[in-house]
Amino acid sequence: MIARVSLRAGVLAYLAAILLVPVGLVFWRTFEHGLHAPWAAISAPDARQAFWLTIEIALVTVPLNTVFGVLCALAIVRRRFPGKGLLNALVDLPLALSPVVVGLALYLLYGRAGWLGPWLTSHGVQVLFALPGMILATIFVSLPFVVREVVPVLREIGTDQEEAAATLGAGSFAIFRRVTLPAIRWAIAYGVVLTTARALGEFGAVSVVSGRIVGKTETLTLYVQDQYESFNTTGAYAASVLLALLAIGTLVLMTVFRPKEGI
Amino acid sequence: MAIEVRNVTKRFGEFVALDDVSVHVESGALMALLGPSGSGKSTLLRVIAGLEQPDAGEVFISGREATQLRPQQRGVGFVFQHYAPFKHMTVADNVAFGLTVRKRPKQQIRERVAELFHLVQLEGLGQRYPAQLSGGQRQRMALARALAVEPEVLLLDEPFGALDARVRQELREWLRRLHDEVHVTTVFVTHDQEEAMQIADEIVLVNHGRIEQVGSPRDLYERPANEFVLTFVGEATPFGGDLVRPHDVVLSALPEEDAEEVLVERVTYLGFDVRVQLALGDGRRFRAQLTRDESERLELATGQIVYARLVRRPSVSLAHELANDVG
Repeated sequence: MIARVSLRAGVLAYLAAILLVPVGLVFWRTFEHGLHAPWAAISAPDARQAFWLTIEIALVTVPLNTVFGVLCALAIVRRRFPGKGLLNALVDLPLALSPVVVGLALYLLYGRAGWLGPWLTSHGVQVLFALPGMILATIFVSLPFVVREVVPVLREIGTDQEEAAATLGAGSFAIFRRVTLPAIRWAIAYGVVLTTARALGEFGAVSVVSGRIVGKTETLTLYVQDQYESFNTTGAYAASVLLALLAIGTLVLMTVFRPKEGI
Repeated sequence: MAIEVRNVTKRFGEFVALDDVSVHVESGALMALLGPSGSGKSTLLRVIAGLEQPDAGEVFISGREATQLRPQQRGVGFVFQHYAPFKHMTVADNVAFGLTVRKRPKQQIRERVAELFHLVQLEGLGQRYPAQLSGGQRQRMALARALAVEPEVLLLDEPFGALDARVRQELREWLRRLHDEVHVTTVFVTHDQEEAMQIADEIVLVNHGRIEQVGSPRDLYERPANEFVLTFVGEATPFGGDLVRPHDVVLSALPEEDAEEVLVERVTYLGFDVRVQLALGDGRRFRAQLTRDESERLELATGQIVYARLVRRPSVSLAHELANDVG
């Protein structure tokens, strides 16, 4: 009993020290002089621009990574092909690689002296220091989450139900829509939530490829740092709180989506 | 002919699951694929269904070349060992699945599902989910689902394997009656010789990816083609240099012509049956199976000396050294 209570106290104290106090401090510093100043700060045109840019990037990234993630998980679990092990390992690469390196890699590919940069520029496509580059960077760093959530569930449900559906006359798409998809929907939902959280919070890779043009290619995370460095702490705190609220929103969604029989 | 399998070979890497196998199943037959685990019987069933592609050979279903057809196009109903229920669908939606994907009119689906629920005795359970059914009910749901699309052949993979003994017994009898009602050509896989003999008209005995014998239950039991068939279908014991059925050993209290003097080592009562373990003068052991009445007439007890002979001709000659091992 005592052991259990002290374990619980220990874990809570640790979480408080590591997570709650710092985040709480941000909230407190934001609102210590009332609501007016922070509201004004996040209503500023540059802040609003950063907010909507962040949302825009997430809206493109999350659906693309969801579709790719499900297809990739199906390929890894249900198909046999040469290079499957490599694909499985490659999917984890974004987790292992520092986002700054990802940004640099994109810079080398699409930059003025890069392999694709000059050709794309001559065709009027601007990747670097523009939305396409930021989306590419965000897709890269948030790639693994849907795959990693869906793969174990696909393995666990096995092929029996899909084979049964096939003998009953269902074609590949009908099998996916009526049998496989309902079985993996919670895993997909969970993966989507994690992907969203990662996309909203991405800093390093986007920082390298965006060029950080104020009011143009600044996402919320970049805006926070920018404001902080220009000694506009109110703006930095307010934008931080906005990011934190978005994160809390996705967390709440995650809790709602998590299957009840889970943890 | 409902199903014809011609010279089918299937390998999984180095392992040869089916080795040049040919089987015919007549229309309306109820056939068992019997064999020990790993013998290839399930693989054969999956090849017929199109769930596995053979490396060589051909499959015909209702006279149609089906080797290259996908499972969807073969007109087979398949019942999986663990039933493979669609867990997120109600029982009624499970049964209706084949009709729903064929886009049959709603009214027609409802009528057909009601008819099937009556056939498999699941009335009133349509709105439940598979997890809320017992094992036996789930099995019958899987059967109804397979029958819904009126398959030309019904294939069942170890259909009663996951059920307890009593439910299994009930379902065996029920499946036999169902087949007599519905008359769909049925092939089921089992490792249980008693189950095969109880349900099937014809048994295909498979071992190591090859067919050992095809015949009626009685053929296999009374005219086994080889030693494997003899030992797998029914019991066998070594006696006088042969493998024989334990119930073909006759015991008597007094010496008889051709009878050997033997020592009773152990008597086991199994209700109607009595199993007796016996030893010859040179220490070789064998078994006999008697009715309770016979055993009581002989007043069999451990340590007693009796006289044993065979009632019929031995079924299979056996190399002498083997006789020492079996007992």
